[in-house]
Amino acid sequence: MDVVAIVLTIITASTPLLLAATGELITEKSGVLNLGVEGMMLIGAITAFAITTITDSAVLGVLAGAAASTSLAFVFGVLVLIFLANQVATGLALTIFGIGLSALVGTGFVGIALEPLPKLDLGLLSAMPVIGEILFGQDFLVYLSFFMVVLVAYFLSKTRLGLILRAVGESHDSAHALGYPVLLVRFLAILFGGFMCGLAGSYLSLAYTPLWAENMTAGRGWIAVALVVFGTWRAVRVALGAYLFGTITILQLHVQGWGLEIASQFMSMLPYLATIAVLVLISRDGAKIRLNAPQSIGKVFTPSR
Amino acid sequence: MFTLERRVEQSKSWLVFSPIMAIGLTVLSGIIIFSVLDKDPWMSLYTFFIQPLTTGFGFTELIVKATPLILIGVGLSIGFKANVWNIGAEGQFTMGAIAGGGTALFLNTQESFLVLPAVLLMGILGGIVWGMIPAFLKTKFNANEILTSLMLSYVALLILSYLVHGPWRDPGGYNFPESKIFSDFAMLPILLEGTRLNLGTGFAVLSVLIIYILLSRTVLGYQFKVVGLAPAAAKHAGFDRVKLIWLSMIISGGLAGLAGISEVSGTIGQLLPSVSPGYGFTAIIVAFLGRLNPVGVLFAGLIMALTYIGGENAQIEIGLPAAVTGLFQGIILFYLLACDVLARYRLRYKPFLKARDRE
Repeated sequence: MDVVAIVLTIITASTPLLLAATGELITEKSGVLNLGVEGMMLIGAITAFAITTITDSAVLGVLAGAAASTSLAFVFGVLVLIFLANQVATGLALTIFGIGLSALVGTGFVGIALEPLPKLDLGLLSAMPVIGEILFGQDFLVYLSFFMVVLVAYFLSKTRLGLILRAVGESHDSAHALGYPVLLVRFLAILFGGFMCGLAGSYLSLAYTPLWAENMTAGRGWIAVALVVFGTWRAVRVALGAYLFGTITILQLHVQGWGLEIASQFMSMLPYLATIAVLVLISRDGAKIRLNAPQSIGKVFTPSR
Repeated sequence: MFTLERRVEQSKSWLVFSPIMAIGLTVLSGIIIFSVLDKDPWMSLYTFFIQPLTTGFGFTELIVKATPLILIGVGLSIGFKANVWNIGAEGQFTMGAIAGGGTALFLNTQESFLVLPAVLLMGILGGIVWGMIPAFLKTKFNANEILTSLMLSYVALLILSYLVHGPWRDPGGYNFPESKIFSDFAMLPILLEGTRLNLGTGFAVLSVLIIYILLSRTVLGYQFKVVGLAPAAAKHAGFDRVKLIWLSMIISGGLAGLAGISEVSGTIGQLLPSVSPGYGFTAIIVAFLGRLNPVGVLFAGLIMALTYIGGENAQIEIGLPAAVTGLFQGIILFYLLACDVLARYRLRYKPFLKARDRE
């Protein structure tokens, strides 16, 4: 069994989860629950795929995917922040809409195969045995995903803006009374979440499986939402969670390949069952959730003059 | 400057008007979508929304499609009222189909009129069990029911896939992943000769009636409403939130299970890898569009059913992609949520100067 190959596929499977969950983390830290991750990822995936197919430029594709997903997040922001709509319902609407629209746009792109995203090539460094390919031979979205985790962790714990974002998420009324622009902060956090989901979707359709299939996220958006809870709203733990799930996804594929007498469907259930298991493990400890969860999450904010 | 001012009470007339406005806006958006897809918009609107209803058969098909939506939607609306977010109705529907359908296959050679009641009962139980898991995880471990019920949907779909590809595959079925055809004793009676209209629709109407009475005439129904609208008041009144979570999930799971078994033993007649075109998810929209009110859900179910048969019709007649259905369903919910702001808030025009004067 080629360990390097397994590690490489684990990175590929974990990256979309990591990107989406990091975005959702910022959104939730501002006190907004966006359940539209799945829909935004799908829109990002089909847009990136379509633009890459048409223009032959993966960079343009990724940018377009991120932009499309961000504009969907914009609609979500308008609905929940200005129209004061219920966040759970609006997030679901976003997902249902995203599934429908991506399937519609995607009808013309089924069956086309793309070159996967180009990998970094540092010559000798990338050619080093074992660690060369793992450390220096990834595509730019993988490096970006790690950079984003570090950036978000630093932003939340060490910067003034991060503190304001957390204050808004903890108590929007107090933050408002202190003069912080609650709605603006939340809007930007929602847009950032959409942007990251767009990158996650782009990664799925350009690198993970470089083709378009209807509903290709297969619940990854929801797993990303669960990962934020799993990581108790902390960037590094969320990242560890994403890699744990990437590992489960890949190992179940390899187990299927070993010819064990287990039907493939049962192995495919593992990521979903694991999601339930980790949610139970983390949520069981009420104190831990209360300590870390943004207190105003999901609540409607109306500025009092 | 326009500002939103919270109404003391939700505006009753807006609650009724907002879905109508949302549907109108969706149809208007349809014109744009059809134009973008390079189809004649008026012709497309006609084939999508009107032509399916011009024949008697089309009309019964509308009711056949509305039946599962209403059954699931009525159940979901109870939970949504109490802020219990069961998003996994698709899984409970599938589990109902598996448990009931499995019973039908097991009793396939029995020629008894007790087969059908057993099949239905097992279908309901299947949905209930699948709904009880998130209830258990929520009440015992505080695990978010949105995520657990949704994850269980994927699990249920994989179980169904395993069964029809494996142990329940029809040996005489040319290797297609399909179960045997159910015997007549396991099938719901057809209500109207020559159509697919079956007793499942009767269950849907009955469930609307029962849930309507439960919500408007019983203390329990009152508790569901209070827990959702004023959790603090409900706590003071001593309403048992844990009990209401269990009941919400059992009722919505059971009705989704009934919808599932009604679909396979009323409309399809066997188990297939996919027994639902997303009814469990569309029913979420039905519940909101119907204002979480059983009678409203009845109408909303018919309207959302039209997007299914309209989509099918437009696919055959003018070659529209099938995905347009899902797009319309998403759009309608967006508009509804946006229009709803006017039921809860009043739009006030406040000139800048006056606002400053007051302070």
